[in-house]
Amino acid sequence: MGNYSTSDFRSGLKVMLDGDPCAIVDNELVKPGKGQAFNRVKLRNLKTGRVWDRTFKSGESIEGADVMDTELQYLYTDGEFWHFMDANTFEQVQASETAVADAKQWLNEQDIVTVTLWNGAPLTVTPPNFVELTIVETDPGLKGDTAQGGSKPATLNTGAVVRVPLFIDQGEVIRVDTRSGEYVSRAKG
Amino acid sequence: MASETDHWASSASVDTLRTRASLLRDVREFFFQRDVLEIETPLLGRHTVTAPFINSFRVQQGGGYLQTSPEYAMKRLLASGCDSIYQICKAFRQGERGDQHNSEFTMLEWYRVGFSLDELMGETEALITQILTPVYSDLPIERISYRDAFIRYANVDPFCVSDEELARVASRHIEFQFELSERDDYLDLLLSHCVEPHLGVIEEGGVSLCFMTDYPASQASLACVKNTEYGEVALRFEAYVNGIELANAYQELTDATALASRWEADQTKRMVLGLADVEKDERLLAAQVAGLPQCSGIALGLDRLLMLQLKQTEIASVIAFTDERA
Repeated sequence: MGNYSTSDFRSGLKVMLDGDPCAIVDNELVKPGKGQAFNRVKLRNLKTGRVWDRTFKSGESIEGADVMDTELQYLYTDGEFWHFMDANTFEQVQASETAVADAKQWLNEQDIVTVTLWNGAPLTVTPPNFVELTIVETDPGLKGDTAQGGSKPATLNTGAVVRVPLFIDQGEVIRVDTRSGEYVSRAKG
Repeated sequence: MASETDHWASSASVDTLRTRASLLRDVREFFFQRDVLEIETPLLGRHTVTAPFINSFRVQQGGGYLQTSPEYAMKRLLASGCDSIYQICKAFRQGERGDQHNSEFTMLEWYRVGFSLDELMGETEALITQILTPVYSDLPIERISYRDAFIRYANVDPFCVSDEELARVASRHIEFQFELSERDDYLDLLLSHCVEPHLGVIEEGGVSLCFMTDYPASQASLACVKNTEYGEVALRFEAYVNGIELANAYQELTDATALASRWEADQTKRMVLGLADVEKDERLLAAQVAGLPQCSGIALGLDRLLMLQLKQTEIASVIAFTDERA
């Protein structure tokens, strides 16, 4: 990877900082009229998700990070690693629990997910915004209770627990928003 | 990445461009009423400023530089016999693009023959108040010295702290890893991160017009200096509103010998920093030998004044075509 100077810093640019890959979130030039110019930069550490503030001297350069987003199919987990495959090349990669993190509760076999690779290895996994999962356990549905509101916990086939309306039954397939972890609707079809 | 054709339209609205036009008219009327002469000087000049942190655009063919401010040429006019003068012109500074910067911007610069720095501050207050009072019904005026501002907002006395302690103070307040070549650069680091955001800002989200005065003599540039009980200070002020630096003023250095030695100090620093050498402008030097009248002068960023007038946070919303659209 090449180096990037502060004048190349744009939001989304991937760079290395203190040994970790980061994405630039914000870059602000500050310069007292006659004085030295600085760039006040906000960077998201792509490993931890934490946002860092760092100031650079204008013109300073830092190393780019070999980070790219790929769309891969989720295959299975062996308990230690989560396995993904490129549907075009059939090439497989395995992600550690740290990389999968919170995404693991939404990983449904065969689904296409975004895997961010750093130097070719999975750094983070982002599930689709909406997934369709099967309810494996919940209290029995209450017929005719569709208008009442109210909810109950339901365990899904991936292990995630979401709150669903009272009329939903075990065995049903539901649509869930992975960003909020909330029930959206019954799956169609 | 945006393609060539994405940026064809103005980033400023048509209404903004109308306000811009009326701002220019108001400024001209202000100086007409005060009998200050509007003049024009070259945007493309043979020489440029020696200031280390001002990076000029050099014109490859024919030589010369796009002017970073009309200061030198206007002083030559003062020495040529003009009384008080003003100019609204474009100025160019390479590499300056951000929320408050565009490498080509509009500057209002004026010189008042016979004015003390305080008299010029009064006139600056009158102009800024006239433009901004209709927007910020209450615009209190504040005045703080560079030293007091650092003590208040960065907990350090810039006049007596040691170089080592200054660098430590900076790293306590700010996350950075570079080293800077001198004391003034660390002061600039603290100024831009810890001090400036508070200048022209008052409690409960209000704004004021704040004049910061009495800069360290090492930051005098082309201002006169005087002694105080805590050290030598420059007869220089800057005006801030809502954390935005609007204007920079000097009681102008008229002495030619002192001018030459300030330039030499700049050239030395440029060499230390590995920056391009900039020749002295012998014509300004000759003008000051012939005689520059005692005067105070100020440069004010009109785009930023318009930003404040329209309560905008990005300079692109007040300039039709910023660098990436030019």
